[in-house]
Amino acid sequence: MSRHEITLTVNGRRHTANVEARVTLVDFLRDDLRLTGTHTGCEHGVCGACSILMNGKPVRSCLIFAVQAADADIVTVEGLAPDPETLSILQDSFWETHGLQCGYCTPGMLIAARALLNETLSPTEEQIRDAIGGNLCRCTGYKPIVEAIKLASMRMRQSNEAGGKYAGAE
Amino acid sequence: MKAANFDYSCAASIDEACRLLAGANGEGRVIAGGQTLVPLLAMRLARPALLVDVNRIEELRGIELRAGVVAVKACTTQANALASEIVREKVPLLAKALSFVGHTQTRNRGTIGGSLANADPAAEICMAALALDCDIAARSAASERITPSAKFFQGAMTTALASDECLTEALFPIWKGEGRTGTGFQEVSIRRGDFALLAVAVQALFDDGVCRRIAIVVGGLGGAPVRVHAAAAPLVGTRLEPNDLSRAIAALQGSIEPQSDIHASSDYRRRVAGALLERAIAEARSDAAKV
Repeated sequence: MSRHEITLTVNGRRHTANVEARVTLVDFLRDDLRLTGTHTGCEHGVCGACSILMNGKPVRSCLIFAVQAADADIVTVEGLAPDPETLSILQDSFWETHGLQCGYCTPGMLIAARALLNETLSPTEEQIRDAIGGNLCRCTGYKPIVEAIKLASMRMRQSNEAGGKYAGAE
Repeated sequence: MKAANFDYSCAASIDEACRLLAGANGEGRVIAGGQTLVPLLAMRLARPALLVDVNRIEELRGIELRAGVVAVKACTTQANALASEIVREKVPLLAKALSFVGHTQTRNRGTIGGSLANADPAAEICMAALALDCDIAARSAASERITPSAKFFQGAMTTALASDECLTEALFPIWKGEGRTGTGFQEVSIRRGDFALLAVAVQALFDDGVCRRIAIVVGGLGGAPVRVHAAAAPLVGTRLEPNDLSRAIAALQGSIEPQSDIHASSDYRRRVAGALLERAIAEARSDAAKV
């Protein structure tokens, strides 16, 4: 068993830690950094609940060892909201359309949606379905989630027209 | 489900990776994107003593156009290969296969070399490699060798790679010849991006409507993907009329031995293989007409 010192940035804050090689990134985020917004579901890359942005790209944090994330720039669901008291447009849209019930898949869904909206603010329904295709939800039947992402994209476009700053990025 | 203990080393070069593997007495495993290996570790189906991380090796990344081949270096991510114009233009079958591989989240991490080296029975990249007679290059501390894909894939999760070897690149031949090339990739899975219950890859060269060359590969059978020469050979020289197709479908169905599992029976898979072959050939044909 080897241990390794790593430095990485999570939601804009730099962290240095000493990690056991076998610790996954999701366990490191939850147990060491206490960022429990990212959920552990299947722990073998099927459900998507642990999705995070790593260097801007959505990935599954249960399929990456923390040691492999050395020097990476990571955004978790906690990093989506402008501050702890305010929901982002995307999060508010999930609330508005009932895009969640039990909420277990929600952090992964939000990350997948955010990654899509970083690419385009006018996604087609097919693009939305494809973007969340790697995330399992057992409550909603997906329709309200698709609606939420559509609503968010519309609100972000409107915000842009009013001089907002969504050049894709929130 | 947590992985058992292991040591971890991040290699800075192919030489260093090979040295680390050589020193691991057969207990070392290369980790690239980890999209196949980490689940195996989590389920403890794999328990290596040492993981050699090759993700940061610059010489293992990139896609190059060389004489007659597209060289895809092992650590190129599936997302980058899918976005590559060289891949789309020169080896479109690989691009089509990649569109069925996992989801955005897994394609951003998963690599071409990792998919080939792990050889999951449902892996679409392995099917494209086999259909195109891809050559697979690997290095160890002592030697360097190239294995044709026909000899590389030996069974479910089993390849010709030795435990001290690091896969370095895959060379996908570009088909040349008089006429137009078309490709088809068809798959049945529970959700898009899930493991293929059955998949068929076809690449064909047409000259004035006559099929001059065709490669057919079936995946999702439970073992290694299978290149079905018995179905391809009788099609060469035909115009792929319905009775030619019927013969090929019968030959395909007679020469595969799909496994039954919780998701699908052997008989179902055999029937699906026939239907998908017909669709893949139709796709290849309209593809060739379009160019």
